[in-house]
Amino acid sequence: MDKAVESSSLSPSVKEPMLLKTNIVGFNTIVIREFNRIIRIWGQTIVPPAITATLYFVIFGSLIGGRIGDMGGYSYIQYIAPGLIMMSVITNSYGNVVSSFFGAKFGKHIEELLVSPLPSWLIVGGYVMGGITRGIIVGGVVTAITLIFTHMKIHSIGVVISAVLLSSIVFALAGMINAVFAKNFDQISFIPTFVLTPLTYLGGVFYTIKLLPDWAQGISHANPILYMVNAFRFGFLGVSDVNVGLAYTIMIGAAVVLYVSCVWLLHRGVGTRE
Amino acid sequence: MQALTFQQLTKTYKNGVQALKGIDLAVEEGDFFALLGPNGAGKTTAIGIVTSLVNKSSGKVQVFGHDIDTELAIAKSCIGLVPQEVNFNQFETVTTILLNQAGFYGIPRHVASKRLEKYLTALQLWEKRNAVSRTLSGGMKRRLMIARALMHEPRLLILDEPTAGVDIEVRRTMWTFMRDINAAGTTIILTTHYLEEAENLCRHVAIIDKGRIIENDRMSRVLRKLQTEVFVFNLRNPITAAPVLPGYAVSMPDDHSLEIEVSKDQSLNDIFSQLSASGIEVLSMRNKTNRLEELFMRLVNQKEAAHG
Repeated sequence: MDKAVESSSLSPSVKEPMLLKTNIVGFNTIVIREFNRIIRIWGQTIVPPAITATLYFVIFGSLIGGRIGDMGGYSYIQYIAPGLIMMSVITNSYGNVVSSFFGAKFGKHIEELLVSPLPSWLIVGGYVMGGITRGIIVGGVVTAITLIFTHMKIHSIGVVISAVLLSSIVFALAGMINAVFAKNFDQISFIPTFVLTPLTYLGGVFYTIKLLPDWAQGISHANPILYMVNAFRFGFLGVSDVNVGLAYTIMIGAAVVLYVSCVWLLHRGVGTRE
Repeated sequence: MQALTFQQLTKTYKNGVQALKGIDLAVEEGDFFALLGPNGAGKTTAIGIVTSLVNKSSGKVQVFGHDIDTELAIAKSCIGLVPQEVNFNQFETVTTILLNQAGFYGIPRHVASKRLEKYLTALQLWEKRNAVSRTLSGGMKRRLMIARALMHEPRLLILDEPTAGVDIEVRRTMWTFMRDINAAGTTIILTTHYLEEAENLCRHVAIIDKGRIIENDRMSRVLRKLQTEVFVFNLRNPITAAPVLPGYAVSMPDDHSLEIEVSKDQSLNDIFSQLSASGIEVLSMRNKTNRLEELFMRLVNQKEAAHG
């Protein structure tokens, strides 16, 4: 029987490539497993955001949007389109990790990963990649629906891609922290319902904050989703309520802080180990 | 070489429960080792620490010489764990569970596919390879967890009550499989409440109680420590009263059997002679309880009496 690691006689120079290979295969396995999960439960992961986006475009875009007129120099439906795509990316990146990781905790199959030689930073990375995958799939579906209702120009493809990826990473990581601390299913729906949804709706998806009084604009600037939505909108339309450089600083900073926090929590075994 | 060593291993949970009170243990490579103890003795905590599901409070753990504090990834890659509770994704198929497990240990898909067939066949699960795992019977789920633990062909296999709730036929199949795996060189640590299982399979035994090791020796030496055994004699003809056998404690549970306590320095030949002289014909005899079970109960009870 060949052994996984006939390790005691191995020098560090042999062990390192062996662990590197383990890490690469392990990372791919987590990502493929997450992708298969997204596809297996497509009725929960892909269809609902597509229906929601369609309703938004029908009601706010076509029916009400026509009476609102232009916003930020664009028709209302064009103005809200990037925000709606970003909203679906954010909620699905978050939702994928929080439900998958908490489900693994609840079903105890997180132990498969915890007893494996995969390091915490890689396990976090695998789950985040799963969150990004669902965010991008759903974002792609919502974009396709958007194109049924309106045409979209692209001001900067680089900004579009980087903003969507960074936002997806940030909320996938936030979803993981929620899942780490959650002890029951109520606690994984609490944050999306009472924190994420209000922040998203008040994050400039449906309006420019320039319509708000000064005090409300000030409060809006404390909302991280405002920066993500506006950076993404800038990539499409070239208009933004916030400084795009500041938006990137906030997204990158949040991603780094949340990633380090997730790795630390998993390494310490908070919520996962006795 | 030692497959596993504990040095002064302690674990105190947040609620103040001291599950391990400084245990020392060494399991030799290639051994089939029984880790026994009553519920709550600390067995699963000890296994949890080795597999990093539980954080230790203090002490040192080495797996094939690799300290889990400094070489955790290498140490983990040497271990295969069959936990007490079912812990695979119940929505995935048998094949997916095994391929994922192999992937977590860096085993490429083409190698994993061959091993999957090998272990599912050996554990009589090949026909179920495409079944969703929640549809499997209890015994099949246990066997699936064994197959899963073997996908990376670990040098140390830890079986935490692998046959709990499994019918005797499947249990015997699993015993044969475990013996074969051990004969092929894999060190096995087994915890079980079926002491007959431990006595049949294991060469060394450690008994843990209330967080301390109270016995740790070769199985044969441990069993020799049993000072007395109770034998049950099944009789051909009914009797009305228990015979008086000088030197032996005799009881009569029913009119066709006798229970006789025999100490190490007494001889069964003598008992048979006395029974024959009394006109009692013996059809068969057996130990009243499994020998290891008897010793286990005595050790645990002695310890309780000493503390209480």
